[in-house]
Amino acid sequence: MKHIVVRNTSQTPIYQQIYDQLASQIMNGDLKSDQLLPSIRTAAKELRVSIITIKKTWELLENQGLIYTIQGKGSYIKRHTQIDLDDKKIELVKDVFLEAISSVKSYNLSKEKLMEIISVVYDEVN
Amino acid sequence: MNSIEIRNLTKVYRTFTLDNVNLTLPKGYIMGFIGENGAGKTTTIKTMLNIVQKESGQVKIFNQDIDKAEIEVKSKIGYVSGNMFYPKKSLKEITKYFKRFYNEWDEDLYQSYLNRFKLDSNKRIDELSKGMQLKYLITLALSHHAELLVLDEPTSGLDPVARDNLLELFQTIIEHEETTIFFSTHITSDLEKCADYITFIKEGKIIESCSKDDLLDAYRFVSGSDKDLEQMKDRLISYKNHAFGFNGLIRTEDVKKTDLAKIGQPTLDDIMIFYSSHKGVML
Repeated sequence: MKHIVVRNTSQTPIYQQIYDQLASQIMNGDLKSDQLLPSIRTAAKELRVSIITIKKTWELLENQGLIYTIQGKGSYIKRHTQIDLDDKKIELVKDVFLEAISSVKSYNLSKEKLMEIISVVYDEVN
Repeated sequence: MNSIEIRNLTKVYRTFTLDNVNLTLPKGYIMGFIGENGAGKTTTIKTMLNIVQKESGQVKIFNQDIDKAEIEVKSKIGYVSGNMFYPKKSLKEITKYFKRFYNEWDEDLYQSYLNRFKLDSNKRIDELSKGMQLKYLITLALSHHAELLVLDEPTSGLDPVARDNLLELFQTIIEHEETTIFFSTHITSDLEKCADYITFIKEGKIIESCSKDDLLDAYRFVSGSDKDLEQMKDRLISYKNHAFGFNGLIRTEDVKKTDLAKIGQPTLDDIMIFYSSHKGVML
């Protein structure tokens, strides 16, 4: 497992923070198919979060089809084809924007203006 | 299996009543027990362990009624209170007396914990720092294979580094599911890191007892202008006015789509603080 950062002060729930980072590592191929994830209790200890939080994260990863679990052995990264991954990426990005755009809408910005902002921000973040 | 199951536990003192306490802690998890000073944390622990006699209610530890199998149950509990007994005695001496009480005493395990925690058994209790004293007490508990650790305010009086070490130790202890940890604290940041379950007590009554995530999800921190406040005042648990508006706490289910105030995730501190203040009369 690569680097994962958990911020206790963030507004995003901790299970979501860990999910987002793991999901993107799976998408990017940083985590390989059939790679074994640490046990729930070990991950909780290593990341200094509660066991229930990790359980929730692992469940979400499983529901999203990113990992699979073998009873008594552990959870593994699911095998993906490239097309699968691309679809999932788009879904994930959609989720990110869904939240952002619904809060942006309250400022009464036009769609064109919003696209303009996105384009500017996109260039700023390299 | 549940490690702790408390039903309607009641203890009446002249000036304080522990009122119908219910809580359940499944095996292999950490529960944090929070509340202000004087809320009844220590009373709950002492009553639960039959250190003081309860008025009524039932306590089951590992599915066994503590009143019916007290000795058997207690041999599986490691209890760490805030007070250190025998400050002038060496660890060696205390251990010698302590281990006689436990059939399950494991000398090899004891020695390995002493090494691991760098505890010198020739030293006297009062020569150890607070953090080392705690590690010694935890060593005693683990060495008789306690399956349930009950700790009363273990982190109070520890510096942030020692506290962090202790919490990491807790998580290491429960990594293999055999041990359950129940500890009281008023330092809620300790729990944001490691607790699976939280029980919140106030004036002898349990306000909430559930998973930490559920607890944090059940409340929202709100802030906004005085106008926003008018709109939602009667739905708030409590609020504080300040020069620029107000802050308050609300149950998530009471939030309305039309609320204009800013709604955010509370911390455990927020929940404790806003519960302790009365509506609108904050000074």
